[in-house]
Amino acid sequence: MRAVKTLLAGVALAAGLAGAAQAQDKTKVGFIFVGPVGDGGWTYEHNQGRLAVEEEFGDSVETIYQESVPEGADAERAITQMALAGADLIFTTSFGYMDATVAVAEKFPDIKFEHATGYKTAPNVSVYSARFYEGRAVQGHIAGKMTKSNIIGYIASFPIPEVIRGINSAYIHAKKVNPDVQFKIIWAYTWFDPAKEADAAKALIEQGADVILQHTDSTAPQAAAQEAGNIITFGQASDMSDYAPMPRVSSIIDNWAPYYIARTKAVMDGTWESVSTWDGIGSGMVGIGEITDAVPADVKAEAEALRDSLASGEYHAFTGPLNKQDGSAWLAEGETADDGTLAGMNFYVEGIEGEIPSN
Amino acid sequence: MDLSQINPLLLLASLMVAATPILLAAIGEAVVEKAGVLNLGVEGMMITGAVVGFAIGVNTGSPAMGFVAAAVAGAALSMLFGVLVLYLMSNQVATGLGLTLFGLGLSSLIGKPYEGMKAPSMAKWDIPLLSDIPVLGPILFRHDPMVYVSLIIVTATWYVLTRTRAGLILRGVGENHDAAHALGYKVVRVRLMAIAFGGACAGLGGAYVSLVRVPQWVEGMTAGAGWIALAIVVFASWRPWRVLLGAYLFGGITVLQLNLQAAGAAIPVEILAMSPYVVTILVLVVISLRGQHGAPGSLGRIFHATH
Repeated sequence: MRAVKTLLAGVALAAGLAGAAQAQDKTKVGFIFVGPVGDGGWTYEHNQGRLAVEEEFGDSVETIYQESVPEGADAERAITQMALAGADLIFTTSFGYMDATVAVAEKFPDIKFEHATGYKTAPNVSVYSARFYEGRAVQGHIAGKMTKSNIIGYIASFPIPEVIRGINSAYIHAKKVNPDVQFKIIWAYTWFDPAKEADAAKALIEQGADVILQHTDSTAPQAAAQEAGNIITFGQASDMSDYAPMPRVSSIIDNWAPYYIARTKAVMDGTWESVSTWDGIGSGMVGIGEITDAVPADVKAEAEALRDSLASGEYHAFTGPLNKQDGSAWLAEGETADDGTLAGMNFYVEGIEGEIPSN
Repeated sequence: MDLSQINPLLLLASLMVAATPILLAAIGEAVVEKAGVLNLGVEGMMITGAVVGFAIGVNTGSPAMGFVAAAVAGAALSMLFGVLVLYLMSNQVATGLGLTLFGLGLSSLIGKPYEGMKAPSMAKWDIPLLSDIPVLGPILFRHDPMVYVSLIIVTATWYVLTRTRAGLILRGVGENHDAAHALGYKVVRVRLMAIAFGGACAGLGGAYVSLVRVPQWVEGMTAGAGWIALAIVVFASWRPWRVLLGAYLFGGITVLQLNLQAAGAAIPVEILAMSPYVVTILVLVVISLRGQHGAPGSLGRIFHATH
């Protein structure tokens, strides 16, 4: 297992002293969720991480959470409320909470904050994310092999680097095994709106897509694909195994539990410091859900080999030669993308049609 | 951009599905407003119908039972509004808004245990012979039963409102409740029945979202459809067939914008995403400019029998 990779060196504070002073009572850990814990996807997995923290530490922790907190101005109110409620550590689990988290953290220097998928840190703000794009590479491979219409539909959420990375990674690996593959992308502008996600999936299916990839959080696209029949999908953020073996043929599973336990422990011990964590398949933060029998054995074996080479670090999902969409060179033969470029990715790779909406 | 990828037949078929929840809610509200009552609680009744329909559908395994329960739940919630507005003379706008907030909260409370569950599936009706008609067959005759139920409700509403004595009385109550009262009609009773009908239709519309369109239960899943239904009633000048037109137009643009995106249309995504709402606003503006609203004369006014 690869050691936890630190992107930016955190600023070490005298956190030990502050931690020791409040060590006698229960450590209170707060979570801000973007959807309901029952979404079956993104928020569901974060909540599993919260439950794992409770199980690990039993009576010495108390966890609190708030669901369906909108990204934007209201988030700041929700986070502030949680800080005032006496939380020692607060996980804000969506990209759109970034500025709100930093703003609240400034007002509560003794409280530790952890923001998921963002890039702004502070002495009491860490960021953490997972290399979902490694999972997207595996999905792209299976999708490219499985599609008969050569049209792959992609339900995107917001035009932010994380989502764009996923599209690029899936496209590169689908194209590698199937040069005729075409991506149709719908921007839903929501993380969670089941009716809209279902409509988007139906629109893609009607235009000939027989593989649906989603970067939104509900299981609605899975249900739409099941109804249409002969369409394959992948579980997003959570296994979504209710829809296996068809349409869901595999999944990307976010496993936050080890990280949440480690960070809670750090607060308890007074060793917490601001870090930037970005882990992938290797460390187990990104899991690839079981590939079902709907996938031919040889494709399954290739996908598993790809997964293992990504895990060992032997292969990088963005390995040259790769050009940007406009044809300009990005990575030379054998060159791999650096984390800085990936973290701020705002371009499609060559071959994807359409434009990224301006954010 | 390659617009030939958009299959107009499939587009029309999915338009009918996308429009059905709004259509149901709007036709119910049109009747309520024809009787002279403005109920802004459509969203709250829809979401309550969505959760109750889903819960009963899951527990009994029968979507039909779910729809019946949703209609009952919507009607029951609307009676709360009816009693407050008709007997306690509360302000209709404030009470309606309160009903929406109440419905949203109530539904998430009821829905907690049902999150992440799957709905029992509703078989589509492949109407024999008719569904084999080229072009029209796949568009019109291969839907789930609720699409047809919604069309039957629109037809029946049109017939009752314009062709029957009951409809005449209901419209009379809505146009001038004092005159109707003087003629001996039971204004409050007529209005109560209209409100119950509106509630039942909104409940059905909500259940259509949770049982057919998505199909699962999610907090806040109607996502403003009730407000669109209210706008469509005005858009339609309170006429049943125009309600159908408005709902299908809105549903059509919603589905079309997703299809245009998938086809890679060179129109900014943001504009496509807001287009259904912009079109609704534009039509409302045009109707207002023409001045002929056709709004019932007593709409929103409090009725007091002792006048």
